[in-house]
Amino acid sequence: MSERYDVIVVGAGHNGLVCAALLAKSGRKVLVVEANDQVGGAAVTRTFADGFSVSSVAHLLYQLQPQVEKDLGLKLPMSGTDMQSIALAEDGEHVRMKGNHVSGVSNEDKSEYRAFHKRMTRFADLLKTYFNRTPPRLANDASRADMLNLAQLGFDIRRLGKKEMQEFLRLIGMNIRDEVVERFDSALLRGAISLDATLGTHLGPRSPNTILTYLYRLAGSHGELRQPTGGMSAVTDALAHTARDHGAVIRTGMPVTKIVVENGRAIGVRTESGETFNARLVVSNADPKTTIMDLTGVKNVETGFTRRISHIRMQGNAAKLHLALDGLPDVPGLEKREFADRLLIAPHEHYVERAFNPAKYGEYSEQPVFEITFPSFRDASLAPAGKHVLSAIVQYVPYELRAGWSDSARKSFETLAIDTLGVYMPGIADRITATELLTPVDIEREFHIHGGHWHHGELTLDQFLFTRPVGGAQQYAMPLDGLYLCGAGAHPGGGVSGAAGRNAARAIIKAEK
Amino acid sequence: MTVQQVEQGRYRSPFYPRQAELDRLNRWHEWKGYSSADGFYDTALEYFSVRNSTGVFDLTPMTKYRITGPDSLDFLDRLVTRDMKKIKPGRVAYAVWCNDDGKVIDDGTIFHLRQGEYRLCSQERHMAWLNAAAIGMEVSIEEETHEICGLAVQGPTAFSVLKAMQLDGIEKLRPFGLDHFDFQGSELMVSRTGFTGDLGYELWIERDKAIELWDALFDAGKLYGIMPIGTEALEHARIEAGFIAAYVDFLPADVTVRSGRSRSPFELGLDWLVDFKKPNFNGRRALAEEKRKGSTWRLVKLDIEGNKEAHHSYIYNAGRGRRKQVGFITSAVWSPVCKQNIAIGTVQTPHGEVGDKLFVEVYYQREMHWSRVMAEATVVDKPFWDPPRKRATPPGPF
Repeated sequence: MSERYDVIVVGAGHNGLVCAALLAKSGRKVLVVEANDQVGGAAVTRTFADGFSVSSVAHLLYQLQPQVEKDLGLKLPMSGTDMQSIALAEDGEHVRMKGNHVSGVSNEDKSEYRAFHKRMTRFADLLKTYFNRTPPRLANDASRADMLNLAQLGFDIRRLGKKEMQEFLRLIGMNIRDEVVERFDSALLRGAISLDATLGTHLGPRSPNTILTYLYRLAGSHGELRQPTGGMSAVTDALAHTARDHGAVIRTGMPVTKIVVENGRAIGVRTESGETFNARLVVSNADPKTTIMDLTGVKNVETGFTRRISHIRMQGNAAKLHLALDGLPDVPGLEKREFADRLLIAPHEHYVERAFNPAKYGEYSEQPVFEITFPSFRDASLAPAGKHVLSAIVQYVPYELRAGWSDSARKSFETLAIDTLGVYMPGIADRITATELLTPVDIEREFHIHGGHWHHGELTLDQFLFTRPVGGAQQYAMPLDGLYLCGAGAHPGGGVSGAAGRNAARAIIKAEK
Repeated sequence: MTVQQVEQGRYRSPFYPRQAELDRLNRWHEWKGYSSADGFYDTALEYFSVRNSTGVFDLTPMTKYRITGPDSLDFLDRLVTRDMKKIKPGRVAYAVWCNDDGKVIDDGTIFHLRQGEYRLCSQERHMAWLNAAAIGMEVSIEEETHEICGLAVQGPTAFSVLKAMQLDGIEKLRPFGLDHFDFQGSELMVSRTGFTGDLGYELWIERDKAIELWDALFDAGKLYGIMPIGTEALEHARIEAGFIAAYVDFLPADVTVRSGRSRSPFELGLDWLVDFKKPNFNGRRALAEEKRKGSTWRLVKLDIEGNKEAHHSYIYNAGRGRRKQVGFITSAVWSPVCKQNIAIGTVQTPHGEVGDKLFVEVYYQREMHWSRVMAEATVVDKPFWDPPRKRATPPGPF
């Protein structure tokens, strides 16, 4: 006879841990079951070559909600805060951005950027309020609280003032390219903002919704970048610690194969080794497709719901490239201290759009875009002395490659990516001692994310707020008694923010009051 | 250049050549892409063939899906509200299927042709919904509406007709049973089912054998008063039998736009089809909730005083003082066999318990002038027409 828990959390990703910690803190008996040997999900530090470690998927912290840190009393050691972003130019005339300040551009661009940043952060702050709340239900039987919440959203938008409200409503569904072209002369600046708006999505700068994804990025701490000491595991290990301190039990290396359903109610989980754990509630940190289609089983949920879940767009398009280097590369125009910053290869908004084009047809970019960090520059624990790690998000790398992700396809893309890096970092190829490439297919396999999409579902208006993950399941409770969703697939979405986990925990506590 | 002339943008039933020879009215309507006869001679005459001899109705336009594969039973069990595990091979089940909100999408019959092999037959087309219900299951759903044609052979002499057609063993077929027969080298499936509430069968065969089947049937039926019938006669028989029809007595849930316009099985008097012992089926959660909270609507069968057919009438409660409108009639007809003015309607709960007296506001026209009568109506439980021969096995030779 196995022990009975109040809550079982499936998956120890950062959202699962936040949720588990808050539920344990509320006095509930919580068990977290994680498939991998390490907690953290896709926010994790792994060794990829002898002596070289890196944050495997997420590598920068910019969305962690202050409420999460506050509720759990997290004190995270940072090796880097307030990093700047540098848009690399082939000729070394880079553009540098931090907060509302940009250098390397005309004075007109500088003041436009200030105005742009002001407006965007204002809109992002509005969204942020809602990211830390359960979204309202739009249904005939919506509760009074739902209606008030919805009215509040309308009121908050109106409170922006007439002009800004019009701007908000004009921009929210729009593409980033139209906005940056209207505002800025500098191609590098336009390219960099285009990249920020499309990172981690299956969207190009001309795709509608890319203002929304840009705002999403800012809706934490205005895009301020941080690098935790020891990589992303610092965050998730701290969360695991907190959860354990509150009494939660965390078991790793235990893949859940089934959410057990009895008489229309989730009552526990079964693991690969055949163990069964029972609980009053099952909270899934897995993505909605994995949760419903694979773990719960479609027979246990409704047809319309299954259809909506199966239609969630969630095919990843971003790869992670890790290089072990025997020394820092040569980057013309870059001061040495700036290796501590975030480097971007997106020299033009057209460059980003062109990189996206092949991805629409199941091919990877011939000239990909990059978000690059050298985490070892700030954090010596990540590489042997004098050596360095390059960690880059590279896109576009479609999950469904038409030719299939064979070893040779992977190798070709890696070579191509390193060649592209070589344009901005001449001679880098000679410094490489080991590599790791994680395509969306690898991310799916190693981190159990359907489609390898870091948001657990494309972050677009049709999969947002009231309809995330799908209509009828937007308030963390799935339409199956006893089953909740607490991962990035739920409102508000992905990124290391902890919002979904925190909101889910609060929804559970409220529902059980 | 020659342009191919198309008479109408409609399919012809494979029985059409024979139907055309018998047709005296030339009144056809569209039914799911097919031309279907309103009637052939006279509605009353055709109706009486169903009640006194044998009427033959062309079922070809009915939607038919062949459902096979290792998960076919699980699939159907999840699709419909009743327990399909109880429906053994050689049996037929009347069933309804619901959306996530527990509202009825359609009703139909499911034929368990052979172990794990089913035919789902309904009025509406449902491929999109069936495919959605099949996500994650190993099941094949193939539409065979056009490949399989069907004839409903209904009435007291139907058994004698099929006997005369030399379908050996037809006497053993119980209500809601089916069997396969060899017919000129093809497989003929006969089920003891129908839409008339009388003794009757339905014959299903591949399209190419349609004419041969028709000829054999009408040859055998010559001495038993066999006659083709159209939709109007069938509609009269259907109301007498107390059967409901999509788009008449309820709207398929997937076509309603306004909230509250679709109906749950409970609201259609089909409680007996909902089996909560099944751990999961579409709409279960919502239906369990409705069971707890109570339904909004109730389907009623009404016996109305007088002889004026209560088409589209409002239904009022029988309280003292001001009468309150509580519902409306969806199907109405004067029943010649029952000598009753009958109707099917929808009322708000708690009205419409069996035995309740209600009032029906009937408008009728005499020489252009409209008149109105408030007719008392009694809610009845049983079908209006329910002869013992419907259930007798073997059926009597009439």
